[in-house]
Amino acid sequence: MKRRTLLAGAAMALGLAAGAAVAQDDKTKVGFIYVGPVGDGGWTYEHDKARQAVEAEYGDKVETVYQESVPEGADAERAITQMALQGADLIFTTSFGFMDPTINVAKKFPDVKFEHATGYKTADNVSVYSARFYEGRAIQGHIAGNMTESNIIGYIGSYPIPEVIRGINSAFIHARKVNPDVQFKIVWAYTWFDPAKEADAARTLIEQGADVILQHTDSTAPLAAAEAAGDVIGFGQASDMAEYKDGPRVSSIIDDWAPYYIERVGAVMDGTWETSNRWDGIGAGMVGIGEITDRVPEDVKAEALAMKEAIAAGEYHPFTGPLNKQDGSQWLAEGEVASDETLLGMNFYVEGIEGDIPE
Amino acid sequence: MDLSAINPVLLIASLMVAATPLLLAAIGELVAERSGVLNLGVEGMMITGAVTGFAIAVETGSPLLGFVGAAAGGAALSFLFVILTQFALANQVASGLALTLFGLGLSALAGQRYVGIKPPPTPDLDIPILSDLPVVGPILFGHDPVLYFGIFLVAGVWALLKFTRAGLILRAVGENHDAAHALGYKVVRIRALAILFGGACAGLGGAYISLVRVPQWTEGMTAGVGWIALALVVFASWKPWRVLLGAYLFGGITVLQLNLQAAGVAIPVEYLAMSPYLITILVLVILSADKSRAPASLGRIFHASQ
Repeated sequence: MKRRTLLAGAAMALGLAAGAAVAQDDKTKVGFIYVGPVGDGGWTYEHDKARQAVEAEYGDKVETVYQESVPEGADAERAITQMALQGADLIFTTSFGFMDPTINVAKKFPDVKFEHATGYKTADNVSVYSARFYEGRAIQGHIAGNMTESNIIGYIGSYPIPEVIRGINSAFIHARKVNPDVQFKIVWAYTWFDPAKEADAARTLIEQGADVILQHTDSTAPLAAAEAAGDVIGFGQASDMAEYKDGPRVSSIIDDWAPYYIERVGAVMDGTWETSNRWDGIGAGMVGIGEITDRVPEDVKAEALAMKEAIAAGEYHPFTGPLNKQDGSQWLAEGEVASDETLLGMNFYVEGIEGDIPE
Repeated sequence: MDLSAINPVLLIASLMVAATPLLLAAIGELVAERSGVLNLGVEGMMITGAVTGFAIAVETGSPLLGFVGAAAGGAALSFLFVILTQFALANQVASGLALTLFGLGLSALAGQRYVGIKPPPTPDLDIPILSDLPVVGPILFGHDPVLYFGIFLVAGVWALLKFTRAGLILRAVGENHDAAHALGYKVVRIRALAILFGGACAGLGGAYISLVRVPQWTEGMTAGVGWIALALVVFASWKPWRVLLGAYLFGGITVLQLNLQAAGVAIPVEYLAMSPYLITILVLVILSADKSRAPASLGRIFHASQ
């Protein structure tokens, strides 16, 4: 037993020495914490593509490490700490649930920079960034409202957080606008990534009459379920999910993190990194709309593309009044546009959506 | 709230599908644990089965061959566990955890070429008359063969453990490996076979997810079912029928709660989301109030010299 302790001690010392050695060389080390596997085909896949873009951009000057499938919650703190101990200069934590762990670890490592995706807590060494996915959701809602024949649209939510609720509201508003009879059936999966459960959720919604499936979970499983069911359409989420182009996928929302990651890593390299709060959308290229397939009628496609242009140019905001909250009280007056602050903390449904948001 | 949107026939049919991967993995682990081996590598063996089954089904175009390959893949990975724990006498808990990590990594590597590919559909049984019966048809006679195989497997394991000499020997090895050894039974060989059986079942369960339930290949797609299977074996007091009950409860309530959510039932979603875990544990704990206990040699290392 003693010998084993000794060996473990030696191994740790070696590890520390190696860590110190890494920290000393002049490469900038960038760490990534992922909530799912890099092969999920959606959310994490896009973050990892951006990580590769960082490597391609800076070559030998940068070293990237990542850890995948890190659970949200207490264990995330361990994973982030470990990455900081390994000598990372900049760490991207890429899921909402990593928010508090990121802040906690950041306090312990004031010299390490942190970037947290989709959260709202910043610190001297913690920036937040997110994309205005709701802009893409508006286009999705427009297509969905036009295409549904049963007038039931199924929505697979992950967790009831502002980002997901924004997406539901945005899609609903624009589906209702073109189709006053449309109804949303919302199911919360309470997971970002569990293909079997996501497929179950999609199947359940289809069995209850939905012929359009919108998802806010990370894998392609709902599209596979939609394809198996036959006459059901869906959208790529976070990534293009082009492999389902010949089947149910009619368009997609693509997250393009590469320009932002390259910019921020560059800022760390030349010492200009500062805490920031970035929230970009279609206009800045952080949100992309994947090819709209021929299953969508020409006129609907044209309208969708026109909306995309208007949003990109800043002429149209998906949350423009008059809009009421679910209980009928007024939220936005005619022509009024939602403030970013309201959107970031959105915790209510708009008028017309049935059901309650889980607390 | 609109309960009429829920079609009970479709609900029961899909809960059986949701329960099957869990059932297959748990029944395999049950046999391994009854022989005294605690294999925490279920998740790793499942995901390995999921990817080998998927790859073979895609390459050959035959889902049946896929499932056979998945069983072989799961068993092959569990053979590693046999070498580690039965010959090298390594700690079972550590080896099992290592097996899960290894399986997840290996499957991600092996599956890279199969992302976004559609597997050949697994045909449902189509028994003339019977499958067309209303209500009973879709519930009892409208599934794929693997689902029935899972149920037969439970019955088979139950009968084997309860009525046969082989089952008695397996249990003897699990209860007291020294006594079984003294009686002349090959403890290591019996345990090796039990582990391989467990691996094959877990592989089948994994392939059921990638070929039937989802159907596609995605990295890490088993997403923790293996761990639930492990817990299920304990809560089921190592009894086959209770494993079946537990798996159907868990799968059933998972699907039911999604249905209730979609129908807009006025139960807070948090309660619905935790209900599969809560109710399954509750029912099985109440059932295990009788004198059931773990196999006495569970997790202990055996060497003939001791």
